[in-house]
Amino acid sequence: MSHDHDHHEGPSRRKVLECMTWAGTGVLWTISGGVPHSLGLVGEAQAADAKGLTFLQISDSHMGFDKPANPNAKGTLEEAIGQIKAIPTKPSFMIHTGDITHLSKEQEFDDAEKIISQARLDVHYVPGEHDIIDPENKLYKERYGRGTKGSGYYSFDANGVHFMGLVNVANLKGGGMGSLGDEQLAWIEEDLKGKSASTPIVVFAHIPLWTVYPEWGWGTDDSARALTTMKRFGSVTVLNGHIHQVMQKVEGNVTFHTARSTAFPQPAPGSAPSAGPMKVPDDKLRTMLGTASVTFKQGEQRLAIIDTPLAG
Amino acid sequence: MKLFGILARGAMAGLVFAAASAAQAANIEVKIDNFVFNPQQVTVKAGDTVTWVNHDDIPHTATSKTGVFRSKPLDTDDKFSFTFTTPGSFAYFCALHPHMTGSIVVEAGP
Repeated sequence: MSHDHDHHEGPSRRKVLECMTWAGTGVLWTISGGVPHSLGLVGEAQAADAKGLTFLQISDSHMGFDKPANPNAKGTLEEAIGQIKAIPTKPSFMIHTGDITHLSKEQEFDDAEKIISQARLDVHYVPGEHDIIDPENKLYKERYGRGTKGSGYYSFDANGVHFMGLVNVANLKGGGMGSLGDEQLAWIEEDLKGKSASTPIVVFAHIPLWTVYPEWGWGTDDSARALTTMKRFGSVTVLNGHIHQVMQKVEGNVTFHTARSTAFPQPAPGSAPSAGPMKVPDDKLRTMLGTASVTFKQGEQRLAIIDTPLAG
Repeated sequence: MKLFGILARGAMAGLVFAAASAAQAANIEVKIDNFVFNPQQVTVKAGDTVTWVNHDDIPHTATSKTGVFRSKPLDTDDKFSFTFTTPGSFAYFCALHPHMTGSIVVEAGP
């Protein structure tokens, strides 16, 4: 196993204090010259010169979660959206990489909608495994699945960038990890057919599309097939959630990145007996949810994401 | 009178039979802890009931690989029971975290 998450860059004292006020995921993306860059914390966006398309990623809001790891997941989502609303330069839209709810309950979807809509941004969703467990498996689709294919995948274009929202949490097989399935894989090929190799591709899905930690199921069994289809493209960026921590890997033309949760942290791979909500001291919680763990490195051709812990 | 006696005997026999099967049919618990089914493999007799209890702060399911049983998502402390009537080996997994697997081996009852 190699994890590309050991680049620590000591944050300045000022940055630490600034970030203490943060909660929730707020990774701001900008695409200039066809290459997406992460601008890190939403708060930093004001300082950065964001040209072209700018969008935001939030993830794993787990509405309805009320366990010790964060008894008020609603509150921290509200805080995250509050910060997003305060960005002076309005992003073009937002993506949500799944686990909107904890148990796919109507009330949980309602709460999420009520809070997230306050950002007044278009939101492109993909489901997490927690969003499709209502008895009839219809609530997510009713709300967010219109115009999507199969289990809820779709694509769209914005400012010359091709976005693909994929679903790797449906029809999972015993003993496996995340799965896209044959039907979706065929659609990916079809969808990319005829696209120029210089088109920047942004793929987003809930479970990481690279194998972060198979022991905890943190990966997608058939993602290699999808990535093979994308080999000819000069710039592919894969944005995921699910693991509730920032992690990044660059492999050839592909940059993989996972975002934090707005609800609760999870342990680093292998650092605990299992995955799951991790209880941290109260004054640490917000630093685990929405800190400056992604940094924009100016002048770099690639997406530059740095895992920057606030404490220690 | 005679009729009553026959009925009474029948009812008593029924009671004895019910008591005997109740004593034989066991209820076995499988705990879900830290994303693991514990014990991971359980051997039971036909007629026994297995109850899964989720002790994690995240929902799980017990879902048969062959569709024999399928729990709803079990939130913290939720339970799901299934009575196995036919012998065989029943592999199952968590439909939310499919790397979690287990199996129930059902032997013929007495």
